[in-house]
Amino acid sequence: MGKMTLEELRKLREEKKKVVEKRDVSDKDVVIIVGMGTCGIAAGAKQTLDAFLDELDKRDIHNVVVKQTGCMGFCANEPTVEVKKPGMPDIVYGRVDDKIARKIVDRHIIQSRLVNEHVFDKPSTDIVG
Amino acid sequence: MHFAVSDFLSDIVQNSIEAGSSSVMVEYLEGDGRLEVYISDNGKGMDAATVERVKDPFYTGGHKHEGRKVGLGIPFLIQAAEAAGGEFDIKSEPGYGTSVYFSFDLTHIDCPPRGNLPSAFLSMMLFPGDYELGIRRKKDASEYSVQRSELVETLGNLEDVDSVLLARQYLTSLEEE
Repeated sequence: MGKMTLEELRKLREEKKKVVEKRDVSDKDVVIIVGMGTCGIAAGAKQTLDAFLDELDKRDIHNVVVKQTGCMGFCANEPTVEVKKPGMPDIVYGRVDDKIARKIVDRHIIQSRLVNEHVFDKPSTDIVG
Repeated sequence: MHFAVSDFLSDIVQNSIEAGSSSVMVEYLEGDGRLEVYISDNGKGMDAATVERVKDPFYTGGHKHEGRKVGLGIPFLIQAAEAAGGEFDIKSEPGYGTSVYFSFDLTHIDCPPRGNLPSAFLSMMLFPGDYELGIRRKKDASEYSVQRSELVETLGNLEDVDSVLLARQYLTSLEEE
C-alpha cells in the first residue's frame, strides 16, 4: 500500500464520517481508559489498546472514546482498564490482555454485563497504606 | 522490565508529558546497525541533583503514588542500553525542559526487540491534553516525520475510536517502504 499522505488520511476520514452519519449512531457515550504507566506498558498495555481498537473496528462500534492515562495505582494487576458506560457502574478491570480486552467489548460494551473475574477494586497496599 | 525498545521510548515520552511539556520532539534514527533516539521536551525540567537521582530505581519524582519509593522507567532503560552496547544520557534545566538520549547496538545479542513502532507512536499521541509531539523517523535512507497537531487537524480529535483507528492506519502506513 505504501506511505499514506495527510490528504489521503483526510479523505478516509470524510468517507468514514459519512458512513457513520448514515447509521445515525448516538453520542459517544462509552469511555475506555487504558493505564499506560511504566507498569502498564511493561505488562503489555499497548497490546491491550491494540486489541480494543481491533475488536471495536471489527464489530463496527463507533460510540466509544478511547483514552490513555498513566499508572492507576494497581501496578500488580496491569494492564488495567477503566470502562464507563451509561447505565453501568464505572468499572476498573485488571490483568486485561488481548483476549480479555475482546471479551470486555463483547460482554461489557455490547451486552452490558460485567466480566466478573477481572473486575478490580483494590489498589496496591503501598499506595493506600 | 520492558520488553521492547518502543516500550522504553513511550515511557520516556510519558515522563515528558507528565512534566507539563507543551511540546515534545522525538527523533528515532536507525542505520548502520545502530539505533539512536533523542527525546527533548519543554517541561518543567530538573536541577542537577534530581537528574542524578532519576537514575536511581529507588527515587521517584512522581506525585501519583504517595509513599511509593520506586521509579523504574529510566533505570530500566539505562540497564538495557548498557547491556546492549548502547548509551544513555540525560540533560535538564529547571524551567526549560529535559532531553534524553539513548542508543542501542542493534547487532548486539542482548539488544531488545524493537517492538511495534507505529503502535508506540500512536500511544505517545493519545495522552490527554493539548500538547505537540513531533516525531522524526529515519531508517537508512528513508525518512518521515509526523506531528500530533497535523493528525488532530486532519482527524478532528484523537479520542473517538474512528479517529484513533485512522491514526493507527496512517502511522502504520508510514513505516512501509
